[in-house]
Amino acid sequence: MSDRIMGGVGLLLAAFFIWQATLIQESFISDPVGPKIFPIIIGGLVGLSSLAIFLKPDDEPEWPDFSRLFEVGLTVAVMVAYAYALPSAGFVVSTAVAAGYLSWRLGTPPVKAAVAGAVIAIGIYVVFHLILGLSLARGPWGF
Amino acid sequence: MDTLSALADGFSIALTFQNLGLALIGCFLGTIIGALPGLGPSNGVAILIPLAFTLGLPATPALILLTSVYYGAMYGGRISSILLNIPGDEPALMTTLDGYPMARKGMAGEALALSGIASFVGAFFATWGLVFLAPQLVKVALLFGPAEYFALFALAFATLGGIASKNQAKAALAAGIGLGIAMIGVDGQTGVPRFTFGEVHLYDGIDFLVAIVGLFALSEVFIFLEHRGTAKATGDASDIKLGRLTPPMSMLKQTVPTMARSTVLGFIAGVLPGAGASLGSFISYSVEKRLVDKNNTFGTGDPRGVAAPEAGNNAAAGGALVPMLALGVPGSGTTAVLLAMLLALNITPGPLLFTNNPDVVWGLIAALFIGNVMLLVMNIPMVSLFVRVLLVPPRYLMPAVAMISFVGIYGISGSTFDLMVMVFFGVLGWILRKLDVPLVPIILGVLLGNQMEANMRRAMTISDGDWSALFASPLSIGLWLFAFFGFILPIIAGRFFRPKFPRTDSEADPD
Repeated sequence: MSDRIMGGVGLLLAAFFIWQATLIQESFISDPVGPKIFPIIIGGLVGLSSLAIFLKPDDEPEWPDFSRLFEVGLTVAVMVAYAYALPSAGFVVSTAVAAGYLSWRLGTPPVKAAVAGAVIAIGIYVVFHLILGLSLARGPWGF
Repeated sequence: MDTLSALADGFSIALTFQNLGLALIGCFLGTIIGALPGLGPSNGVAILIPLAFTLGLPATPALILLTSVYYGAMYGGRISSILLNIPGDEPALMTTLDGYPMARKGMAGEALALSGIASFVGAFFATWGLVFLAPQLVKVALLFGPAEYFALFALAFATLGGIASKNQAKAALAAGIGLGIAMIGVDGQTGVPRFTFGEVHLYDGIDFLVAIVGLFALSEVFIFLEHRGTAKATGDASDIKLGRLTPPMSMLKQTVPTMARSTVLGFIAGVLPGAGASLGSFISYSVEKRLVDKNNTFGTGDPRGVAAPEAGNNAAAGGALVPMLALGVPGSGTTAVLLAMLLALNITPGPLLFTNNPDVVWGLIAALFIGNVMLLVMNIPMVSLFVRVLLVPPRYLMPAVAMISFVGIYGISGSTFDLMVMVFFGVLGWILRKLDVPLVPIILGVLLGNQMEANMRRAMTISDGDWSALFASPLSIGLWLFAFFGFILPIIAGRFFRPKFPRTDSEADPD
């Protein structure tokens, strides 16, 4: 079933891709092929292979149960929040929170996870910023 | 001997204090990365590229650092295979078959030392192969026009999909997705935006480093999150005694022919586009088993069963560099990542690299020889140090991996948008891995898409729109035939030939 869904999504994606390719604006000077043809060929490739997957699916993969899916989703949310927090809260604070959360969700007890998060954040800060001189996000406190 | 004098020049470049230091750091980091389950050559190198890039290292030192990591990871993968029965990366899978039984018999130290020596032999001779084969391939490649290059790219995708994957349709889909992603952004020849949906951030296209780190490194974090608390993510090396760390002479003598054969086979597997190190170790092991396994000792801790896959995968690692450097077409996942590194540094691999930047090529090759010796010296006496690293639990390791990925990408552009794209690719990589869609064709598509299109359009411009120009020269017809059969034959006959890996959704590392 999963493969059939993927094949279906792939077909829709291919159709969308080809449709978008036909909308590309041609410029008045162009080579014989132009900017549309190659994307349309790719769309055809995606469509054909999706059709093959749809018609001949593999065995069903093992999907995690709902709670695990929810957990993966929540982690994605944390990562997105992290990306937005970086410029405003600075590297060390946001990294400590995000790494601590990840470590907690991977099975570390809460207090230890908080410590691990702080250690990871400060460790990266020391190695990559202080020693190697990489520029990291600066927050209101400069770190 | 032009080649040898060029190699000597290479040594004079590699033997600076800085480059030796970088090679040492790279070998050390690489061994650790290879040994840790869940981190392998591709994602290890992928995480380090943005870092090497933002640190402002020039091309040669950066390449030396990363290829040392690549070679090191090939060495390191065996450690957890032998001690824990968990392959540290996919090429090390075959090493578990005899390595772990040897460790159970109390010969862990011998198995580690023997596999270290086999790795050295494989990598050392493969590097010599690289020295002599790559310049020959360059001579052929100089005859290539745009039509031939277009056919060559098609060949790379076809063999990658045909030989190295289980379901060809999925490999083709992956290649299409990758090529489609490459189309995003302003068209290089006419200057019109494509698939940007008015989003200014997309005008430059999707940065391949962002895609690579997301697909390889971040998806790994999700896999671990999903399998938390199950046996898969845990291992215990504390109860294994290492024993003596030198293999007896008789064991070495017994395995010499095995190493020789496996090196040759592995090197060939590596040179073929799309095959890579996993196939190298698989072929070496199966051929050895058929040739010398007279008493059915393979699978029960036969030293030859340890030497064969290790020599094979390290030889393939060297072989995979041949098409990457000489043609600009990578032969495996990790070399695709290394290609990304070169492109990020504004160096286009291919035949002209050998004439325009001989310092990069030969400095790199010399560094490979040096790194190899370092790895051998490092891996035999210091192996117990690396064993200790294995005891770091993933619940501390994976957060650090994720954060370092973010640091690397943020360091390139400082843009939140790129981090979003990376998270998107992480989720995409996780879903595709669940569905058994290989990730390497995606990366290859993202990397080569624009060049592939440019070559096609150049060929069309030369022929003034005549499509038969793509199949006009004998060279391009040969490449097309090779591509066609490389894709079709495995579908028909491949069931006998392809590695029958146990089905897992988390192919820790595609190469």
